[in-house]
Formats: sequence, C-alpha cells, structure tokens
Amino acid sequence: MLEIKNLHVKLEEEDKAILKGVNLTVEPGKVHAIMGPNGSGKSTLSYVLSGRDGYEVTDGEVSLGGEDVLELEPEERAAAGIFLAFQYPVEIPGVGNMTFLRTAVNSQRKARGEDEMSAAEFLKVIREKAKELKIDADMLKRPVNVGFSGGEKKRNEILQMAMLEPKMCILDETDSGLDVDAMKLVAQGVNALRSEDRGFLVITHYQRLLDHIKPDVVHIMANGRIIATGGPELALEVEENGYADILKEHA
Amino acid sequence: MVALEKKRELTEARLATLPAPLSSGWTAPARAAAASRLAEMGLPLPRDEYWRFTKPADLNAAEPPRSEPKDESGETPIYDGIEALNIVFRDGVYDADASDALELEGVEISLLSQSGVADIHWARDLYGTLEADAQTPVARPFAALNTAHATEGVLVRVTGKPARPICLRYEHASADSDPILHHVIKVEEGAELTFLEAGSPGARFNTVLEADIADTGVLHHVRAQGRDTARRSNCHDLARLGRESVFKSFTSTLNGALTRNEHIVWFTGDDAVAHVAGAAIGDGKTAPFHHDDTVFVTHDAVNCESRQVFKKVLKNGAVGVFQGKILVQPGAQKTDGYQISQALLLDEDSQFLAKPELEIYADDVACSHGSTTGAIDEDMLFYLRARGIPNRRAQDLLVLAFVAETLEEIEDPKISESLLLRLEHWLERHAG
Repeated sequence: MLEIKNLHVKLEEEDKAILKGVNLTVEPGKVHAIMGPNGSGKSTLSYVLSGRDGYEVTDGEVSLGGEDVLELEPEERAAAGIFLAFQYPVEIPGVGNMTFLRTAVNSQRKARGEDEMSAAEFLKVIREKAKELKIDADMLKRPVNVGFSGGEKKRNEILQMAMLEPKMCILDETDSGLDVDAMKLVAQGVNALRSEDRGFLVITHYQRLLDHIKPDVVHIMANGRIIATGGPELALEVEENGYADILKEHA
Repeated sequence: MVALEKKRELTEARLATLPAPLSSGWTAPARAAAASRLAEMGLPLPRDEYWRFTKPADLNAAEPPRSEPKDESGETPIYDGIEALNIVFRDGVYDADASDALELEGVEISLLSQSGVADIHWARDLYGTLEADAQTPVARPFAALNTAHATEGVLVRVTGKPARPICLRYEHASADSDPILHHVIKVEEGAELTFLEAGSPGARFNTVLEADIADTGVLHHVRAQGRDTARRSNCHDLARLGRESVFKSFTSTLNGALTRNEHIVWFTGDDAVAHVAGAAIGDGKTAPFHHDDTVFVTHDAVNCESRQVFKKVLKNGAVGVFQGKILVQPGAQKTDGYQISQALLLDEDSQFLAKPELEIYADDVACSHGSTTGAIDEDMLFYLRARGIPNRRAQDLLVLAFVAETLEEIEDPKISESLLLRLEHWLERHAG
C-alpha cells in the first residue's frame, strides 16, 4: 500500500535535515504506529506525505499502490487515497462544516472520475456517521472547527475520514489534548474504519492510544530515522522505560 | 490662491456640459442653494486630504470616460425570487413601461422628474437638506452638484409597513451616459421599508440618497452596484436617525474602474441603531479596479449603536480604500461605535489604503475600530486541499468565507443569498 524508501527531507527555508533516510512499508489492512520523542521527525513525515509546502525532498521515494506520491499536489494525493488527520485541525470561519465536507467528497469523486454524491444521499450518509461519533447537527452546521473543543475537533477529523473513505489514513498525534472518554470515542471511530484494504499510520507520543487502536507493527523514530521496529510489545517497553534505553541501544 | 482658482476652472468646465439648475418648481430653492455651495467649495483636487487615496479626475471630467454596458441578459437577475415593486431607470431615465405601477400600500412614491413642476411637495423640506448638512466638517462637492443638477430620482414617503420592498433597477445602455440621480426617502414614525438598488445607472453616475428616519422608523437598504468594468461612480448615502430608529445599509460592488461610496449617518434621537456595511471584489487584470468606502458617523444622541463592516477582495493590481470616521459629540453618552475594515489581497500587486478615525467628546462611550490587510491563510488553504478540494476552489471558498461575514449584516437571508450567489459566479469567472 504505502511504501516509503530512503526518504530524506529538509526544511525549505533553512538548511536543516529533518528526515534522514526513512524506510517504511504499510501493508493493506495493517495498522502501523510510529512513536518517538519530540523533534524526531514524526509530524514532518505526516506533512511530507500529505504534501504540505515548506519541505524539500532531497532523496528517496514515496508511493501509494505503486503510484509516485511526491509528484502530486495535496488535493491529488487526497483523491489518490491519502488522508491526514491533523494534530491541530484548522479553524475556518465562514466555511460551513457541511459545505466543506460535501465539496471535499465530491471533489475527490470528480478527480477519480466517479459520480458526485447527491445532496440527499450526502445528508443521509453524514447523519449516520456523525451519530456514531456523537457529532450533533449543530456541529455540522457550524463553520469548520470554529468554537469546537479539542475533542470535537478530533472527532470531526475522524468524521471526515469516515466520509472520504481513504485508502491510507495517517493520524498525527490524534490523542493529543484528549481526555480518556474522547480518546475512546476517537479510537472507536478509527477501529470502525479498519478493513483489509485500508492501511493506517498512527503517530503518537504515548502508548495509551495504542491500547485502544491496537497496532500490528510499532516503529520507533529518532533523529529522522526509524531505529527500531517490532510488535505491540515495543510500545509497552517505551511506556515502561521511556525512549532512553532504545535510543542508547541504537546510538 | 492657485488651488482655488484651479477648482473654479474645473467646476466651470464640468458645469459647462450641464443644463442650468431648474429655476421653477419646489426643488428650485434647494438647487440654487446647492449650486452656490458648489461654486464656493469647487470640485476636489487630488491634493485635497479627503481625496488623497482616490483620484477625482474621472469624476471631475466634463465628459464621462466611455464605459461599455455589460450584457447580463441570460443571467439570473439580482434579487431573483424577491417580490418587489420594481422601478426601472435606463441611463438615468425612468422607463414607465418596464416599471411596476408606483402604487404600494403604506408608501407614497413619486418621481423627481414628474413632481418638480408643482410648488408644494412633502420632500421640499428634505431635498438637499441632508446634503447641505453633510458639507461640514468635510466638503462633498459631488453631492452638492447632485442636488443642483439631478434630473431624476424617487421620492418615497413611508407611512406604514409595505408588504414588498421597493427595488430600483438601473440599466446602463449608452457608453457615455452620465446620469445624476437624487432619491429622497422619508420614513415616518413607526414605519418600515426595504429599499433595494440593482445595477449600474450609467457609464458614469452620481447618486445621492437622502433618508430621514423618524422615531422608531426602520429602513433597510441593499445595493448591488452592477458589474460594468469601466464605470465611474460617486454615491452618497445620507441618513438621519430619530429616536429608536434603525438604518441598515449594505452595498455589494463587483468590478468598476472607480467607485466612491460615501456613507454619512447622523444620530439625532436616542437609542437608535445604524449599520453600514459593504463587500467589494475586484480584479485589475482586464480593467482597473478602484473602490473607496468613505464613512462619517456622527453620534449626537444618547445610547446609539453604530456599526461599520467593510471588506474588500483585491487582485491583479486592484486598489481598495477605506476612510471611516466616528464622531461622538459632547453628551452622546453610552455610544456604542464599532468599525472594521479588512482587505484580502490575492497577490502582491494589489493594495489597500485605510484611514480609520475616532473623534470622541463624551466620556462614557465604547468605541472601537480595526483594520487588517492580509493574504489567504496558508494553513486553511492546505487543510482544504488536504481533503481533496482543488487549489482554486479552496481559494474561492476562503474568499467567500471572508466576504460572507459582511453579508450577515443584511437582515433578509433571501437577499444575502442572492448576493452571495453573484459573488460565487464572479469568482468562477475570475479564477486563476
């Protein structure tokens, strides 16, 4: 599904390398988690995958289902099936949540040469999915993320994911700023989307999210590289001993 | 004084192409007084402080610069679906056949051109009065010229709450039409009117609206200025508010080589509310775009609320100007004055010039003003694109979102939706 080979990335505006040779393959149906200390390059990886400006790929490749991703504009990547759940979802005053989501769904469909979703069908589908995430009608009507609590913003991200049905979901610290109940709700939403043709890359600082979204593979990232890969037990090790031991081991 | 001499010459040259002010009928004294005011102050020079950001040359010119009319046939008309009493003016001339009968319960409507012959008219005490008041502390020579030389306009006396709005539909047919229109609206105590304007009155136009709103009266004013790219205009909206009255005015401007809209509001009775707002959007690519909102609000009563919300979207060298002043007179306690002017610049060639002013002589007031100039927010743009919305569409959504806040100032959602639709279509045509 998602294949990252020897990815090197630096900041465009300063000569600072952030990713220094990332190799990672996410198979369909699998959940991969990336953990790592602050500044290890986790969020940068998510931004580079989704096509944010400000980063320069100096070496390496990224492909999704065999298609070169790095050549694509952000909207083309989205239509190809990449979805980034933002660590800090952006507030957009003046753009209604419904308008936003319907424009997104239909833009992607159009880009893929599919029929657009009718207003009635869209309404039916979004109501169902919103209900599962405990998102009320009022939240759907409000401008995108404006006045939403931290938990509401993250639930809104998952709602977008559910509506867009991407192939490859990247969750960037979706657990940050969430209390336990909100985290459970978000995890439920993610788990409901798990399927054998969809891959997940869950970026997190803490193991606790992984109690709720059980990963198949856990990677530890430090200093722009993946330094260790293992099963769920690797996350537990981090939880118990912190990153220091692993970092020392791989220094 | 060289400047005065220059002004006199300019004014004489401009007036040479106009017939002398009417010397008979009920408007004659007001016209004569306005003509002498104009002779005294003269037309503006670029060095005049009030015209620092907007060059008056095209408005001063004896002949209007040519402006081809825009063919909007085949498009959804503005305010579509809003049932109004329509009054049509073609290049400033009343078109009786195209207009509805001037009959509506709760209002008296007459035309300036047809009522002028009599000596007595209810508008006699009003015509030119607010314009004369508006000449201090700042000269507004084009408004005086208008009072003296206006050839047409509606005179509306509102005594009840008419079931329908009155809508002036302007048609611009000739590339060198130069109409001068003067409207007078008198809203009597407790009466209520929605007054709409649509389209460009001419290649160059000068309009004055004098609105006198008595105690507890309500006037909603919405204007869509037409889309002709080369038109030049100077409009003055003058409103005087009595106790507990309400005045809400909104102007939408798409295109126009030169637009100067002056909004002048006086609070003369306590507890009144006035909102003036506008959205302007211009692309300097094929024709120049220069848009100026000049506002002067005078609080001379207790506990009144004034609100100014003006936004402009500018691209390809388009220029936006905002001059807004709130004057709070001694004794106008509990005044609540708010003013915001914002511009969204879609490139580095466009510019926004803002001059917000507060002048306050009362000590128990809440007044604030703000002005911002910015580009499209990159984080918002990326967020939309990351969800699959193409760059152009994402930009349009953000532009609409920026402008939409001003449309909320319009009371009737059907009217604001109609204007929003025009904005959307404009953006579709001006993509990239």
